[in-house]
Amino acid sequence: MSAAFIEEPSDEELPARRMLDQDWRKVFKYGLLLALVLVFVALTNMPVNLDRRMLIEPIFSMGYLSLFWLPAVFGLVVCREPVLAGMPSYAKGSREVLAGSLVGLIGGAGLSFLTLLLDNFNLREPLVNWSPQLLELLSFQRDTAFGIAIWLPIGLVLGTFGGLTHLLSATTRRVLSWAFVSVIAFAVFETVILDLSEGFAWLGAEWLVDELYFIRGGLTMHGAAVLAAAGSLSAAFGRDRAHRAKERFQALEGTSRTRANTIGLLALAAALVILPLFLGGITNELLANVGLFVLLALGLNIVVGLAGILDLGYVAFFAIGGYTAGILTTANRGESWPDWMPQFYWGTALVVVVILAALAGLFIGAPVIRMRGDYLAIVTLGFGEIIRLLFLSDWLGGYTGAAQGVTNIPGVQVFGLATVKGTDPRAVFYLVLFFCAIAVYVSWRLERSRLGRAWMAIREDESVAEAMGINTVNAKLMAFVVGAVLASFSGAILAAKVGSVFPNSFIILVSIVILVVVIVGGMGNIAGVIVGSVVLIGILGGPRQPGLLQEFSEYKLLIYGVLLIWMMLKRPEGLVPNVRRTRELHQDEYLQDAWLRGEIDTDSEPEDDSHSNGNTGVLPA
Amino acid sequence: MSRRLLTINKLSVTFGGLHALKDLDFYIDEGEIVSVIGPNGAGKTTFFNMISGMVTPTSGDIIFKGESLLGLDPNQVTAAGIARTFQNVRLFANMTILENVMVAQHCRTKQGIWGALFQTRPFKREEQEIREHGEKVLGFFGTRLVGYRLDQPAAVLSYANRRRLEIARAMATKPTIILLDEPVAGMNPKESAALTRLIGELRSDWGFTIVMIEHDMSVVRDVSDRVVVLDHGETIAHGTYEEVSTNPDVIEAYLGRPAEESA
Repeated sequence: MSAAFIEEPSDEELPARRMLDQDWRKVFKYGLLLALVLVFVALTNMPVNLDRRMLIEPIFSMGYLSLFWLPAVFGLVVCREPVLAGMPSYAKGSREVLAGSLVGLIGGAGLSFLTLLLDNFNLREPLVNWSPQLLELLSFQRDTAFGIAIWLPIGLVLGTFGGLTHLLSATTRRVLSWAFVSVIAFAVFETVILDLSEGFAWLGAEWLVDELYFIRGGLTMHGAAVLAAAGSLSAAFGRDRAHRAKERFQALEGTSRTRANTIGLLALAAALVILPLFLGGITNELLANVGLFVLLALGLNIVVGLAGILDLGYVAFFAIGGYTAGILTTANRGESWPDWMPQFYWGTALVVVVILAALAGLFIGAPVIRMRGDYLAIVTLGFGEIIRLLFLSDWLGGYTGAAQGVTNIPGVQVFGLATVKGTDPRAVFYLVLFFCAIAVYVSWRLERSRLGRAWMAIREDESVAEAMGINTVNAKLMAFVVGAVLASFSGAILAAKVGSVFPNSFIILVSIVILVVVIVGGMGNIAGVIVGSVVLIGILGGPRQPGLLQEFSEYKLLIYGVLLIWMMLKRPEGLVPNVRRTRELHQDEYLQDAWLRGEIDTDSEPEDDSHSNGNTGVLPA
Repeated sequence: MSRRLLTINKLSVTFGGLHALKDLDFYIDEGEIVSVIGPNGAGKTTFFNMISGMVTPTSGDIIFKGESLLGLDPNQVTAAGIARTFQNVRLFANMTILENVMVAQHCRTKQGIWGALFQTRPFKREEQEIREHGEKVLGFFGTRLVGYRLDQPAAVLSYANRRRLEIARAMATKPTIILLDEPVAGMNPKESAALTRLIGELRSDWGFTIVMIEHDMSVVRDVSDRVVVLDHGETIAHGTYEEVSTNPDVIEAYLGRPAEESA
C-alpha cells in the first residue's frame, strides 16, 4: 500500500546493470539458504512420501514438485527489489538471470552433497528419514554418481528459469504462471475434482475427467497440455474483462455500490445453498469441517480480533459444547447420571449448551479478564487444559466417560424430515451453514454496535477506554461469553456429526489452529476469518480433519508454521485484512499515503476554514 | 459562588518512598475554571489521575457532589460526571474521529447485545442519538473535525486537532467537570488563543466546570477564576492569577531563589 500514488517510472530510459555487477554476498546467502531448505525438505521425507502421488503420469510426481519449486522461487526472489516511487531503479537484465542461476546451482549442489552423504554414511539413528528410498529418489532410480551430477544442472536450470521470469513482460509472465497454476492445481486437487465431476455428471463432466486424468491418479500428458493451454488462454483474454469488471465495481458509489454488494452476497449465499446438492461426499465433508472451524474462528475473532483478548484456551468452550450436547442426547450415558434423566432432543439440548457455555464463559472469564497481555494468554492456556483434564478425570468419569468419552450420540432430527449425522455430510453441511450464518450475522451486528465500539476502544488502549467510561470488565466478559456460545455451537454440531466425543478431540492444538486460522485469514474481519478457514482447514486440514491435500497431512503443522512465519513477516494483517488492523500495522505507510492524497491536515489554519485546509491534494472520492 | 462540586481533603499518595502528593486540599464550585500550575514533576498529572480513579490515593478523601469517589474505577468516575483529557494525547488512533466521540458516550447509553442483534427500535434510536451528540461536540471546534473527516481515522489528524478531538471526546461523555491536562501544549499562539476562547465557551455555553493543568501562563491568566500552584506534591499557593503570580513562593518554585537571599 505504500506510495502507489506517484506514477511508476517508465521502463524505457532505465539502464540495466552489468551482469557481474552482483551483490555476491546476497547471492551466496540465498544460495546457501536454498541448499539448506532443500536438504531440510528432503529430510522431512516429504519427497519420498509424496512420490507415490503422480501429478502428471508418468513423468512428474508430487514428491519432485516439493523439491523443484524451491530453486525457481529462490531464483526469482534473489533479485526482487522494492520499487520506490521517485527513486531510480534499474531495468532487469542478464544480471538477474545470472544471480538466479547461481542461487539455483548452489542449491542444487546442496542436494548433490546430500546424495553423496546418503550413499556413504548411515545417519538413520538421529535422522529417521535418512533412508535408501530417499537416496533412490534423489538419484532418480539410477546410480549415485548420476544423482550427484544431475542435481547441479537441475538447480541451475530451475534457478535460471526463476531469474528469467524477471525479463518477461507482465503479460507473458501472467500467461505462463496461469498455465503452470492450472496444471498444478488440477493435478493437486484431483480428489475434489473427481468428486465434483460425480455431481455434474449430467453435464458430461465424467467424460472430461476421464480424458484429463490417468486411471491410477495423475494427469495424463494430453490432459496437462489441454489444461496449460486453457490456463494461458484464460489469462490472455479473461484478464481485461476481469479488470474492467473490477474497475466498474470500484467506480460505483453510495446506494448502487451497496446494491452491488448485496447482490454479490445473495449470489454467494444462493451458491452455498444450491451447490452442495451437486457435490459429492468428500467435498461436502470438507465443507462441513470448514464450517465447523468457521464457527469457531468467528467466535475467537470476537474475542481476539475485536476485543483484543488473546485467548489460548478457546478449545474449552468447544469441548463444553460437544460434551454437553453429547451427554444430553446420547443413548448410553455415563452411569453416574440419575435414571430419570431423559434422553434429550438435540435442539432442546442446544438450549442447555448455550446456557452452559455462557456460564462457562463467565466463570472462566471472570478471573482471567483482569489480567492483561501475556499473563492473560498463559492463564487462558491453563484453563483450556483444565477443562479437557476435567472431562478426562476419574472424578467426573462417571458423568463424562473419562477416556472412553461419550459415544452413541444420535444425529439431529430436523422436523422429522431428515436426520443430520456423520454419514450424510451434505445434511451436516447445511446444519453448519445455518449456524455459520447466525455467527456471521452476530459478528457483523455486534461490530457495529455500542458494544463493538467498546471492544475496539479496549483493544486500542484499555486504560483510556476505562477512563472514557467503558466498563472494561463487563465489555470483555461479554466478548468472552459471545465467543464461548459460538464455539459451543460448533461443539454441539461436532458431537452430532461424529457421534462421539473424546477428551483428545479437544487438545490444545485445536486452540492454536483456530488462532492460526484467525491470524492468517485476517484478524477482525469476517470474510478474512472465513477465507482463513477455507485455506487452512479446507486445503490443509484441521487437527483431526483431513483436508483437500490429504497427502500433506503429516506435514500440516510444518506448513502451518511456515505459513504463519511468512505471514507475520510479509502480511501481518492477514489474507483478507481488516481496515483498522492494516492501518495499525502499517501506520507509517498509511499516513504517507494519506499525506500524498492531501488528507493529513495542517495545524495552521484559520478558525472557520472549510475542508480545503490549505492543501491542494485531491480529496478521496 | 454556587454549589460546591468537588472537595478534596488531605489527599496523599506515595509511590514507594516518593510523596507524589502530600496532604492536598482542593475544592471547585459549579461553573468555575480552576488552573493547576507548577513546575515539572510537581504532581499535577498524578492529581488528575487520582481524581479520575486511575491512581488510588494513600490517604485522604475525594468528595464529588456529596459522595466519595474513593474506590471507584475510572469508568465509574466518568459515569459520575468527571471526564478528562491526557497530557500525551491518547486517542483511539485507528478508530474514526466520529467513533472516538461515539465510544465516549458508552456510560451514558445502555443498549446491549439483544438490541444490536435484533435491531430494535430503541437500539436504532440510541445509535442515532449517539451519532448526533458526537457530531454536535465535534461541531464545537468549527469545521475542522466534521464533514469528510468524520470517517477518517484519528491518526491522520494534526497534533493540535488531536488535542481538540481529545477535548471533544471528554465532552461527549456528558460530564459535569472536565479535567484538561495541558490543552494547548504544542499549539501556536494563535491556536492557543482560539482554544482559550473555546475553554471559556465550554463553561458559558455548555455549562461545564473545568480544572485545567497548563504551563502557558497567558491561557491561565485569560480563563482562570482561581489558580492552584503545586510543587513537590504540596499546594504552595492558591488564589487569583494576580495573587499567585506575585507570590514569592511561586516565583521561587519556578525561578529559584534570588542569589543574594540564599547567600
